[in-house]
Amino acid sequence: MTELVKSQMRWQRKDLLGIRELSAEEIIFILDTADAFKEVGTRDIKKVPALRGKTLVNFFVEPSTRTRTSFEIAAIRLSADVINISANSSSLTKGETLKDTAKILEANHADIIVLRHSSSGAPQFLAERLTSSIINAGDGAHEHPTQALLDLYTIRSRKSAVAGLHVVIIGDILFSRVARSNIFGLLKLGARVTLVGPSTLVPREFEKLGVAVSYDLDRVLPTADVVNLLRIQHERQRKEYFPGIGEYIRLFGLTKERAKLLKPDCLIMHPGPINRGVEIDSELADGAQSVILDQVTNGLAIRMAVLYLCGGISGQ
Amino acid sequence: MDGGAISRALRRIAHEIIERNPDLASVILAGIPSRGVEIARRLAGLIESLAQIPIGTGVIDVSMHRDDVGKRAELPRVQASRLPLPLEHKTVIIVDDVFYTGRTVRAAMDAISSFGRPARIQLAALIDRGHRELPIRVDYVGKNLPTAVGERVRLRLENVDGEPDAVWLIKEEKA
Repeated sequence: MTELVKSQMRWQRKDLLGIRELSAEEIIFILDTADAFKEVGTRDIKKVPALRGKTLVNFFVEPSTRTRTSFEIAAIRLSADVINISANSSSLTKGETLKDTAKILEANHADIIVLRHSSSGAPQFLAERLTSSIINAGDGAHEHPTQALLDLYTIRSRKSAVAGLHVVIIGDILFSRVARSNIFGLLKLGARVTLVGPSTLVPREFEKLGVAVSYDLDRVLPTADVVNLLRIQHERQRKEYFPGIGEYIRLFGLTKERAKLLKPDCLIMHPGPINRGVEIDSELADGAQSVILDQVTNGLAIRMAVLYLCGGISGQ
Repeated sequence: MDGGAISRALRRIAHEIIERNPDLASVILAGIPSRGVEIARRLAGLIESLAQIPIGTGVIDVSMHRDDVGKRAELPRVQASRLPLPLEHKTVIIVDDVFYTGRTVRAAMDAISSFGRPARIQLAALIDRGHRELPIRVDYVGKNLPTAVGERVRLRLENVDGEPDAVWLIKEEKA
């Protein structure tokens, strides 16, 4: 009976731009779809014909290896044809505007465009102008929806439900699209969220979103069900925001000593790439509480689900 | 078709499956969600009580194998498929509620082949409403129900829909 009640919702979006505009029901729909695609990874033949005849363009204006690769494998497993374009190989370096480049991609019959861009809102800009499906693979400090979805999926599969959990996000929140997407998703699914980091990178304004802000990690850790450590983004840091690596580790690094404060079943997550010895001690990253590699595997199932859903909708 | 007619049809299909498959231990009933799964479950129960032998069942979701992805305005929920493995030397019987164009069954055969290579694949459907578009036929049919293209077959099963078992033929009312 519940099976049919659950199946009432139908997916209707051709674009995935952010978590903010999704309903809790849509988020759960994507996570459930990812369950089905995770099963595909256990078959003899791990490839399904769902997107046969479709062309996917991985359009990465900002460098990224893991996200791009994950999208590429996901697309191949769905039988789509994949083209990769990076910033230095595109005409953007010759002064072409984003809109013109995108129009060219569309004229070449790109059915799905996966966009990583340094400007917040770039995916939405394209989605409003193109009939292709646009998938946001990270835009500036705005959102990184598939990362948040794979984090939610990983939490759900380890803890059975997200609602009621206490999730602590540590580090550079201000510049982090991963943090923003995670905050939206976690709150929609009923988790309690605490942000911890240097006050310059975790301003009190975040409390308006409905999360708690703390500058005392040792006080927060004992009640955490999940800690999500964000990478210190050296490339985005300006000196005035940041006290120095040594002080950061002393106050906010997840050291072996500090990890003793955690509940034994608390999950340790990190979106990668890890700065070993900065956000987290190397041993903890490889330890029993770490689900960092699960996140990578689940990312594939999530991206297959997102490409299947958005790419499967007629843009006409 | 009421509840009694549905159970009689299923009982007859169970007998036919037993008759046509001397090696019942190698039979797997693979239901297509959601009503095909329920029909497969009932058939397995019937065969088990008639032949006193456990029957393997599975779920085969065809969404990822359909040939019209990208042509629809909305997508239904996908379920994980699961089949008792390995499929080699097995007879997989696809179980569907209503057989119509044959495209769902084609997709189901494609899905099954990604799990392995069964010795044979057969097809059971509670209703065959005609209008097939592919060279596929039903091996075990509960009821042949000739329909017009504009008509709809509405099937309800107790355990899936929370309504008593029944089949209706509905003429589309054009507004």
